[in-house]
Amino acid sequence: MNPTEQFELTRLAPIHLFGVDASFTNAAAFMLLAALGVVALMMLATAPRALVPGRGQALAEALYEFVASTVRSTAGAEGMRFFPFVFTLFAFLLIANLIGLVPYTFSVTSQIVVTFAFAAFVISTVVLYGFWRHGFRFLKLFLPSGVPAPVLLILAPIEIISFLSRPVSLSVRLFANMLAGHITLQVFGGFVLVLTGGGIWAILAPIPLFATVAMFALELLVACLQAFVFAVLTCVYLNDAIHPGH
Amino acid sequence: MAIIDLAAAEGAARAATEGPAATHGTLAQGGKQEASSDFPPFDPANFAPQLVWLALIFGVLYALMARIALPRVASILSDRESAIETDLLASRELQAKAQSAAAENDATLRATKARAQAIGRAAQQQASAEAEARRVALDAQFSARLKAADAQIAAAKAQALAHVEDIAQDAAGSILQKLTGKPADPRALAAALGALKS
Repeated sequence: MNPTEQFELTRLAPIHLFGVDASFTNAAAFMLLAALGVVALMMLATAPRALVPGRGQALAEALYEFVASTVRSTAGAEGMRFFPFVFTLFAFLLIANLIGLVPYTFSVTSQIVVTFAFAAFVISTVVLYGFWRHGFRFLKLFLPSGVPAPVLLILAPIEIISFLSRPVSLSVRLFANMLAGHITLQVFGGFVLVLTGGGIWAILAPIPLFATVAMFALELLVACLQAFVFAVLTCVYLNDAIHPGH
Repeated sequence: MAIIDLAAAEGAARAATEGPAATHGTLAQGGKQEASSDFPPFDPANFAPQLVWLALIFGVLYALMARIALPRVASILSDRESAIETDLLASRELQAKAQSAAAENDATLRATKARAQAIGRAAQQQASAEAEARRVALDAQFSARLKAADAQIAAAKAQALAHVEDIAQDAAGSILQKLTGKPADPRALAAALGALKS
């Protein structure tokens, strides 16, 4: 009944390359599963290229248009060059989050290293693209226009700190949401077992059971919402790289 | 919390009994990181394998999406849009054609109706004119016949009146013969009748 047991890595195939532990773990297996889920939705379901779409194709088209409109509205038309990345990110996180909710599976996004890798990649993309696109004018990001100089002395450090905290907040938000949700589900489920085995207290066992069901519904929402939030914030940060002047 | 503590103690006990080569939980390489393995997401030994496979899998997924899946969906959507566009255009064209055909049909119908009415009116006029002519002819015929009949009646009347004198003369003659016993003189009778008449 260890609530963190579900986050443990199992090395299914130990591999060491150049002194790096590249073992194929259960985490990698579920990453692969999530990626295959995205491929099944976006490639197998759209293979017929039907004029009148079936269910799978309609879902794929809806996802495409949803992400496309999100990118266009938050990052502008120029942001559409990042659309494939944002789409892959969103679809991968969404499917991984949803797969993680199935009992006995592994939640890829409940590992801080995974979410931080995504966040760090997003922020480095923002920084690199910002400098490549605007040169040193990208630093105007930290100097909001139309603000008097004395205020800038205070504002610029705040802007810099907020920018630097972005990868942390971006990664911790997703990680903590998934982690907390899964632990809560596990603990409530554990209560059911403990109460059921506790003689007369078994009468109370349905209460945490219902709580588990309600929590599961909430977690379903969180799984979709956090994938969306991650994608939207990615778009917002990319928008800063595209249009650094506020 | 008791459950967690229990699990931690259990893990520590197992690590102690099975030694550094134990293949417990997250760690393939023994107990030196055992302390941090209580919370696997923060175990640095877990970072490398996840990062390697994440980069690999996400990279391949990105390539598949960017190269194949998303262009395909985009082409599906644009194909559908253009198909709808052309269909709409064609239907609009057909509608315009149908409307012009309907207008043409209406015009033809109106013209035909007008012609039919004209023909009907002409036929009616002709018929009434013919009837009038026949009526006039028959009228004339009847009045001629009436006149002839009148003349005949007048002639017959005159003839009858002419005979009345003779009959009266005969009757007077025979009355005189009965009274006198001898035939009456016709000349004297005629004179007497002439005297009566005048």
